Amino acid sequence: MRKEFKASIDRAVNDANLTGALGKFSEAYKVNRTKAYEGIDFEELRSRIAEIKSSAACDLDGVARAFQKKAESLGAKVFRSRDPQEVKEYILKLAQENGVRTVVKSKSMATEEIHLNAHLLENGISVAETDLGEWIIQLAGQTPSHMVMPAIHMTKEEVAELFSKEVDERLSSDIPRLVKVARNELRPKFLAADMGITGANIAVAETGSIVLVTNEGNARLVSTLPRIHVAVVGVEKLVKEFASVPTILEALPRSATAQLLTSYVSIISGPTQNDDGSQKELHIILMDNQRTEMARDAKFKQALQCIRCGSCLNVCPIFRLVGGHVFGAVYTGGIGTILTAWFDELKKSEEIQGLCIQCGNCKEVCPGKLDIPEMIMEIRRRLVAEKGQPLAQKAIFSVVNNRRLFHGMLRAASIAGKAFASGKFIRHLPFFLSDLTEGRSLPAIAAKPFRDLFKEIGQPKGKEKIAFYAGCLIDFAYPEMGEALVKVLNKAGIEIVFPDEQTCCGAPALYSGAYEVAAENAVQNILALLDEEVDLVVSACPTCTVALAHDFTKTLETAGKDEWLEKARKLAEKTVDFSTLVKRLVDEGRLSFKEGAQLGSVTYHDSCHLKRTLRVSEQPRELLQKAGYRVAEMFECDMCCGMGGSYSMKLPEISAPILKNKLKNIKETGAPVVAMDCPGCVMQIRGGMDQDGAPVEVRHSVELLVEQLED
Amino acid sequence: MYEQFKTRAVAVGAEVHRFASRRDAVEFIVTLLEKEGLTDLPGSYAVWADQSLLDKAEQLQLRTVDGISFQVNRALAARSRFGISRMEWAVADTGSLVQDQSAPEQRLASSLPDIHLAVVPTSNIVANKVELFRKINPSTSRYIAFITGPSRTADIERVLTIGVHGPQRLIIVFVDELEGGN
Repeated sequence: MRKEFKASIDRAVNDANLTGALGKFSEAYKVNRTKAYEGIDFEELRSRIAEIKSSAACDLDGVARAFQKKAESLGAKVFRSRDPQEVKEYILKLAQENGVRTVVKSKSMATEEIHLNAHLLENGISVAETDLGEWIIQLAGQTPSHMVMPAIHMTKEEVAELFSKEVDERLSSDIPRLVKVARNELRPKFLAADMGITGANIAVAETGSIVLVTNEGNARLVSTLPRIHVAVVGVEKLVKEFASVPTILEALPRSATAQLLTSYVSIISGPTQNDDGSQKELHIILMDNQRTEMARDAKFKQALQCIRCGSCLNVCPIFRLVGGHVFGAVYTGGIGTILTAWFDELKKSEEIQGLCIQCGNCKEVCPGKLDIPEMIMEIRRRLVAEKGQPLAQKAIFSVVNNRRLFHGMLRAASIAGKAFASGKFIRHLPFFLSDLTEGRSLPAIAAKPFRDLFKEIGQPKGKEKIAFYAGCLIDFAYPEMGEALVKVLNKAGIEIVFPDEQTCCGAPALYSGAYEVAAENAVQNILALLDEEVDLVVSACPTCTVALAHDFTKTLETAGKDEWLEKARKLAEKTVDFSTLVKRLVDEGRLSFKEGAQLGSVTYHDSCHLKRTLRVSEQPRELLQKAGYRVAEMFECDMCCGMGGSYSMKLPEISAPILKNKLKNIKETGAPVVAMDCPGCVMQIRGGMDQDGAPVEVRHSVELLVEQLED
Repeated sequence: MYEQFKTRAVAVGAEVHRFASRRDAVEFIVTLLEKEGLTDLPGSYAVWADQSLLDKAEQLQLRTVDGISFQVNRALAARSRFGISRMEWAVADTGSLVQDQSAPEQRLASSLPDIHLAVVPTSNIVANKVELFRKINPSTSRYIAFITGPSRTADIERVLTIGVHGPQRLIIVFVDELEGGN
């Protein structure tokens, strides 16, 4: 990563105003959004939206033609263009031919995308943004940091400073007063403007309508007062039927700002009269700018289902820390990364794609059903395919692909790490590695890996055999978790087998876009794990479970290794996570815990992959309760801990504050123990708690459950 | 449905009143205009864009009140404290009002003044958007306007502030006696 990029991240995470405002907003947003959706079947609603949008995206050209025909029959002029430059020239020419001197605009990301304002200003036409947030950033000479709340990064003091300069009067930072200033300053501009420019939230082919969704009332004035109205519409806003409008309106305000409906919605179908009795000129520009290319790409077509609500930003643990400007372009956050890669170029997303920690929060809330994490993974893959892996990464993965060498090095690290270890932790690393232990101690590599310890365990012969997939962390850092798992399952009459040839699950390579490496890992593990005559493969690491149960097939397919697909599917069917398996055994009466234990409270941290990919969240809680714990829920129990595999190594400056927040939420429950199902989360949170010094035990569920087995 | 509408509309900052008779509604509006500072000075006019509420005699009488204008244009609306307009439909589950505002005077009266008084036939409350969309038709209405509460923003530090570019107050007057145009 370039120095400037790292520097912009540093600035953002150390900007207390920014992180304070965003953090507060993002925490409140989740609660309010949930409330706004009360009584609505979100899954059903978003399936309908995805269907509506995707069916339009399948035939963009046809739908755009139908829109054009209908809107023109109503008297609007429709201009379709693939090229942003043409759009700018069209609007400038229109302005010049009609003697337009001043323009008022309501919020339009499409015009931000093509930098329309600069083009008009360069040609002597005055442009005023009228959305309060847009006006603020226009005065500040900045780009929007959020597609719905463009000035969310600024404090009221900064706004007061800007407005003071504009009205040449010393203003206090009283927000209602500042809003009044904006009203008074912009009102004459509305009344005098010759041209109004809006975007559109929906464009309907069937009726030639555009739909504007706003709160401030500026779009009503922009589309009413000036004699010419230009609407700049990205073609992804097209839908076929008028009946789709209420469906999208059901979700857009709820997802964007947690409102049931915004203050204003306007459905404009053809030009109306001006208030002086003349006919208004209505120009609708359908702008493509790479969207058709996107629609043709099987992996990215879904991006056109986006309704631009910005909810993916609002729930993103990274966005709430760094804000929008780190993304360096008009569109920010996860969706911004994808749009930047297409509307600008793939190369432009090279750094910002690395900001995604793959927690999956955005996918859960997206009303258009976009799989943003998956599209970002695809960007990574294409970047690697185009440019190759970074050298250091390539060196590491070539080791990971050679199990003997890799495991040999981990064993060596156990000895080398001793110099820095105190007890079970590495608290400080020297020189350039010191960031890795900033705010978090790393676990010392175990003296004896699980694969060696396993051979010494005397298991009772069981009727049933299950294979254990340990994953690197349990194998080499936390072998005691593996031992606990064996003990728990033995108790249910199950004998564990440990295929020695198993190796890294490939997640680190996969999440870095190195699909070839990940595919190699997949093949090695498939061979190792299917070699045993077992019905099930259990893992106590959700990331590994996801690799075995979901990723292997996808990775092999993408890497063109179709000959392995059948075996990968077979392995996927056999794979189960620890808590789900144990819950099943308890329900079947094959396993029980000590009667009547009163162990006090425990709080449970949901790991990203377990909760959002494997959809397991109740099972571990029920097991902990059955074992005698009382579960005290923490705030944002399913928010990422900041580990993200190698993410915490690549971007420790982001990972550390995410962890800090998690520690705070854990401590606030007052529970002396926090449980989780992922050794990666244990590594992150236990290391954080160690440096924090709080007396909270950080345990994998398996460690807590094994203590409560009936004798 | 009236109660649900009222709850939702009040939750987003609207003021909701209901009258059985046309006459009572007119009296309420006129009293309110006077109480809230109607004068014939710029900035405190009232533009009256609704023709449905008043009978001939009332109109003639109100024409003599200083500051009230039944003619609606940009200059007058921009100098008005009050805008009175009819809103045809009320949507109960979001507290929204809906009207065909293809005529520009309807938009001027409901967007430029500080206070928007909306006159709504009580019989035209519908349950939700789905029901509403059966009533509205973009092929005959070129500018369909939804209004839900007063103008609002949260663009500075996410603090909700009322009255940016549109009205700072939305006063909804339901009239049972008014015929709903279906």
